[in-house]
Amino acid sequence: MTAPLHFTLDGVIVEAQPGETIWDVAGRRNIAIPHLCHCGGPEYRADGNCRACVVEIAGERTLAASCIRTPTESMIVTTNSPRAVKARQMVFELLEADMPARADAPDPDAAFWTWSEKVAPRRGRLPAKPAAAALHDASHVAIAVNLAACIACGLCERACREAQVNDVIGMGYSGGATRPVFDLGDPMGASTCVACGECVQACPTGALFEKSLMDAQGRHRATVPDKIVDTLCPYCGVGCQTAVSVKDNRIVAVDGRNGPANEGRLCVKGRFGFDYISHPHRLTRPLIRRDDAPKHGERAVDPAHPFGTFREATWEEALARAASGLRAAEQAHGGGAIAGFGSAKCSNEEAYLFQKLIRQGFGANNVDHCTRLCHASSVAALIEGVGSGAVSAPFRAAEIADCIIVIGARPTENHPVAATYFKQAAKRGATLIVMDPRGNPLARHAAHNLRFRPGTDVALLNAMLNVIIAEGLTNPAYIAAHVDGFEALAQSVAPFTPEAMAPLCGIAPDTIRAVARAYARAERAVIFWGMGVSQHVHGTDNARCLIALALITGQIGREGTGLHPLRGQNNVQGASDAGLIPMMYPDYQLVDGAETRARFEAAWGRDLDPKRGLTVVEIIDAAHAGRIRAMLIMGENPAMSDPDQTHARAALARLDHLVVQDIFLTETAWHADVVLPASAHAEKLGTFTNTNRQVQLGRPAVAPPGQARLDVDILVDLANALGLGWRYPDVASIYEEMRSHMPSLAGLPWRRVAAEGAVAYPAADEVTPGRETLFGDGFPTPSRRARLVPTSLTPPDETPDADYPLVLTTGRLLEHWHTGSMTRRAGMLDMLEPGPVIVMHPREIARHGKAAGETAWLETRRGRIEATLRADRDMPAGMVFVPFAFDEGAANRLTNPALDPFGKIPELKFCAARLA
Amino acid sequence: MAKGKGRQKGRALDEAASGRLRIILGARPRRRDLLIEFLHLVQDAEGHLSAAMLKALAHEMRLSEAEVFEVASFYHHFDIVKEGETPPPALTIRVCDSVSCMIAGAEKLVAALARGAPPGQARVVRVPCVGRCEAAPVAVVGQNPVAHATPDKVYAAIAAGATAAPLPTALGLEDYIAGGGYEVLFSLIDGERSAESLIETLSAAGLRGLGGAGFPAGRKWSIVRAMAGEKLMTINADEGEPGTFKDRTLLEADPHRMLEGALIAAHVVGARRIFLYLRDEYAGLRALLAQELARLDLAGLMTIPIELRRGAGAYICGEESAMLESIEGKRGLPRHRPPFIAEKGLFGRPTLNHNVETLFWLREIIEKGPQWFAAQGVNGAKGLRSFSVSGRVKKPGVKIAPAGITLNQLVRDHCGGMAEGHVLVGYLPGGASGGMLPARLADLPLDFGSLDAHGCFVGSHAVVVFSASDDPRAIALNLMRFFAHESCGQCTPCRAGTEKLSQMMAAPDWDAQTMEDIAGVMRDASICGLGQAAPNPLQSYLRFFAPGARP
Repeated sequence: MTAPLHFTLDGVIVEAQPGETIWDVAGRRNIAIPHLCHCGGPEYRADGNCRACVVEIAGERTLAASCIRTPTESMIVTTNSPRAVKARQMVFELLEADMPARADAPDPDAAFWTWSEKVAPRRGRLPAKPAAAALHDASHVAIAVNLAACIACGLCERACREAQVNDVIGMGYSGGATRPVFDLGDPMGASTCVACGECVQACPTGALFEKSLMDAQGRHRATVPDKIVDTLCPYCGVGCQTAVSVKDNRIVAVDGRNGPANEGRLCVKGRFGFDYISHPHRLTRPLIRRDDAPKHGERAVDPAHPFGTFREATWEEALARAASGLRAAEQAHGGGAIAGFGSAKCSNEEAYLFQKLIRQGFGANNVDHCTRLCHASSVAALIEGVGSGAVSAPFRAAEIADCIIVIGARPTENHPVAATYFKQAAKRGATLIVMDPRGNPLARHAAHNLRFRPGTDVALLNAMLNVIIAEGLTNPAYIAAHVDGFEALAQSVAPFTPEAMAPLCGIAPDTIRAVARAYARAERAVIFWGMGVSQHVHGTDNARCLIALALITGQIGREGTGLHPLRGQNNVQGASDAGLIPMMYPDYQLVDGAETRARFEAAWGRDLDPKRGLTVVEIIDAAHAGRIRAMLIMGENPAMSDPDQTHARAALARLDHLVVQDIFLTETAWHADVVLPASAHAEKLGTFTNTNRQVQLGRPAVAPPGQARLDVDILVDLANALGLGWRYPDVASIYEEMRSHMPSLAGLPWRRVAAEGAVAYPAADEVTPGRETLFGDGFPTPSRRARLVPTSLTPPDETPDADYPLVLTTGRLLEHWHTGSMTRRAGMLDMLEPGPVIVMHPREIARHGKAAGETAWLETRRGRIEATLRADRDMPAGMVFVPFAFDEGAANRLTNPALDPFGKIPELKFCAARLA
Repeated sequence: MAKGKGRQKGRALDEAASGRLRIILGARPRRRDLLIEFLHLVQDAEGHLSAAMLKALAHEMRLSEAEVFEVASFYHHFDIVKEGETPPPALTIRVCDSVSCMIAGAEKLVAALARGAPPGQARVVRVPCVGRCEAAPVAVVGQNPVAHATPDKVYAAIAAGATAAPLPTALGLEDYIAGGGYEVLFSLIDGERSAESLIETLSAAGLRGLGGAGFPAGRKWSIVRAMAGEKLMTINADEGEPGTFKDRTLLEADPHRMLEGALIAAHVVGARRIFLYLRDEYAGLRALLAQELARLDLAGLMTIPIELRRGAGAYICGEESAMLESIEGKRGLPRHRPPFIAEKGLFGRPTLNHNVETLFWLREIIEKGPQWFAAQGVNGAKGLRSFSVSGRVKKPGVKIAPAGITLNQLVRDHCGGMAEGHVLVGYLPGGASGGMLPARLADLPLDFGSLDAHGCFVGSHAVVVFSASDDPRAIALNLMRFFAHESCGQCTPCRAGTEKLSQMMAAPDWDAQTMEDIAGVMRDASICGLGQAAPNPLQSYLRFFAPGARP
């Protein structure tokens, strides 16, 4: 690091830090220099092309762009010389000559016009450029393009290519014809645009602008928000911070904020998927099942017309009915007959209250949530191996890693903002290794792309372990200091040579060697994984192998290294932390520990069940078998998310009493006795913990509609109807009670989270920044050492055969999140992906005598669905992908409920299927 | 509920196009920096760049479509044909409409050819300077340049199928060696001459960069030689300044003299690879260089690898940093300075860049000594220069003349005087960028810096002479339109300024104050020399030729 230097800025000697530009220094000193092509945002490279920020430097022939020019010692810079001022005015005059007047501009409030007011160029002297190209393009669902207002500054290109690395926008043509282009100069709506909207956020003129703020033709701004609320994105586990624009109690636009996980970036869901909360299906009054509406697993209810099945009720009646039904089941069958599903979409406070309600109210541990379906196997392996189920490092470890493995994850679709960091890392020169049977959009950036045979993860990963050990690429000092079980692992993987495994996993031995070496030899290597690893009957073994890779090479515990299961929901980390799992109280304290249990019994004033509770799929099975008789479900949709959906829905219908607390009449709520209208993410205050262990504050942007109520208020009232006597004056008091049970949050009091907006846990005290990277000083196990667990080859539960020759795998689409209850009611997302699809390679479709775009039936031993065939060259031969967001073509009618023995996670990524 | 979409976002990969592409590219490494070379291969093979092939190319190179399209659409020599569009005819007739050809009647030629071209079989395209100004007007039929073109000559070429570029008859490798060629290079490699002594020689000779900027060559060598890390060298043969054809002329006659110079320079500074960037218009020369480089390699004399790269019709790529971008396979956008390319150039490495002519003189200077070269200049200037002279002179062509010679001397002593019946009215001392001077200033020495007081410069020493038969205002407008056509579009002053001035200069009445204001921001705030010098023709015209100006 070089020392700061000094130069003269407008007659004053000022200091500049190394790397600071003249524009940066001027900004610090409140000298406002106009800027158009430079947005000043993090990760945005200054480009110096618009010349709106030129300044005069003594001794130089021409003016210099202050945004890109770093001062040198003793340089004399003048920002306000007549020459510089004149040049800047001329830049604006030249640009305005080719733009519509402010009153006719797509966005008269754009940054360009704010600066133009200050610069005050002359007008009316210059002829306009003859229009060469079609200037208006409204083909995109969410974004209007008005090139008449474009100043060719290229910010949209840097947004698309450098910030998001989606690589859809280029600056096409040359000279006066220079303009942004999509793909090969295509209409935006016909291009590969993934609608992240980064270009809209960056554009200084409104040439690219949200249609949601414009007139119907997408030509002029029609909406100016009343207020902008700083909050969080409700969707995936990345935890993007957002700025939500509100007009008349409706969200009209969303921008990214500079949060630790997103630095201003968003994806299509976070930016454009906001209007679900005002969808007509939104529940606004409590509902009670009509006496003449029998329950049946196949009974469907149209959320627009629910009154054949339900009647409206008052809150008093609904809460009384909800509570009495639960109590009645408890009295008849015991507390063990009660179960609750909370949700990873809800806040930490809601998760805490929910599990407390089930445990304190019924003495039961049958409380779980969809983490079971996502990363239960990863968490099982992590707790067994390193003593903690959370990530060891944030996903931005990729920024400093030399080698990055992404296995069984499609972050460009499921964690799009995290994916931007992986793509940036690869562009910077890090070795990106992608392992995925399906062609992965990240692969274009990857040094190695391993499309292994589905279900052969353990073979591939054990072969890598074999290479690392056989070639002496382990880190013996690290192993000696921190790791147990090396000898057993070494013996176990000895037969797994690349040559032996290649025929199984379909990856050439030399490729396995190259990848193993790249990972082991890297100065810093990090592994990211997703549900492609976890949702298998051998999911825990898959994760064990990844943990072993990190432990034997010492690629953990340092910045830029580690293990990171990418968490799928906005608060799946926090919900698990808060105890929304059947075997643990908050902070992963085991329910079968007598001392622990005694503490919670003292706190909650009753005896608690010493046995671990049932998990999600087990609860559904128990309901089907009549052992679970009543359930409370908050924000969860097992009728869509659980495997073997026919069975799951039949189980829900068999319950004596089902209370569903949600914002929509979900497929689960169809089977409810009482439906309680709850609040959406944008309506509530609370903390949410993202995949990076960063606890962030979500703030209410709008009020809940009708009689819908905040979830914490519903839970408190329900608890009190059950006689639990809860009193919480505010959300902070819930958080603080939760924190009193959670040593990991010791350094994160509510006031700190509220003040800082985001703090990673654990933090040493209430002022020290949270620890982003863990395990530098050992592991949270009794011995402080990590443990290697050998694995063996387990085939998938149901392999293809003559009757069902295809492999079916399931997952998400970029636009649809989880079961679709929110995103399918978000107008723009629904237009982008309107219905169910069966995705196969075009040649595979042709082989079946079909054509893309036709509908087809897909069958497994459990059910069949009809959906549109989609051609995708990234699909391997013999494989089918179906997204699980669509009820009318529900993937989970097909999936296999076989469980991983450790994590109890179903094998949603592999079963046998056929095209009918 | 709605039906699902049967296709993914965007354009599907056309497997047939993918197959054709793989055949066209063969075993070539799919390197990002070869993108423009690959676009040429496809355009050459198929006559245009179809959307299907661009998509296939993006897929093959692991680039996005936008990354390929923005490059393909930046360069004028690529014809992109989208789905549903008609590909261009098999034959393209490019008619130069830059200043020398304009003086020689390019407008009439274009009009006649546009009327007479067989529809569907050939298209007539106006193009900027093709670097054959001594033979103006020029039409290029396919790749075959037709000198002193007339419609009949063009039709005759088409009828004869003469659409290939003839191979220039140059001094080949054996003859060059027989004449003592490559001895200086090997005296350097063998240690008989030291790098330091050669830098000394160059400095003493006063050799300056002859691409137009005139930077002292010896100093450039010292700077790059002192840089740490792997260094590279580029040769700028993207001779695009209207009126300039000296590099082509020199290379077509004696290519190895320049190549030896390049190898000497690369050895002196320690460059590991040399990239020779040749403008696409010089198809015959490209074939010659490819042939001679292969021979050089075969003879074991290519002591440092030289890679021949092909421009694609973009004047701006003659700007050294834009040329580096182009060699990297990108749009030719000039870079900001600092950093200078000597510090951070091609692929981010310290880079020595030389113009062809600069390198051409090296062998002779070293053989004959710096004093010999320095003594050649007149009027205080040092050395010899290759002037490209065109326009209203009796014998246009490349004239090797002393630096510092005046226009009057150049025309009289080297060009056989003015053309029959023409009286000198003015001249361009340095192509399109160097401004315009009136006849009364025809006795100024022509050297770097000597014309500053008059708002002009010699640049690439492209001298275009005009007479009373020519309209200075039309010439100024032609030059401004050239800049508008060739502006890369990166910075506002140049992109918008050249376009506005082209429109305003075409109008009957001029708002001189507004035009001067535009000129001011272009000079002051453009990123590179193109925009900074583009106002020269306008301002020269206002100063010397406009009604009321002193003629």
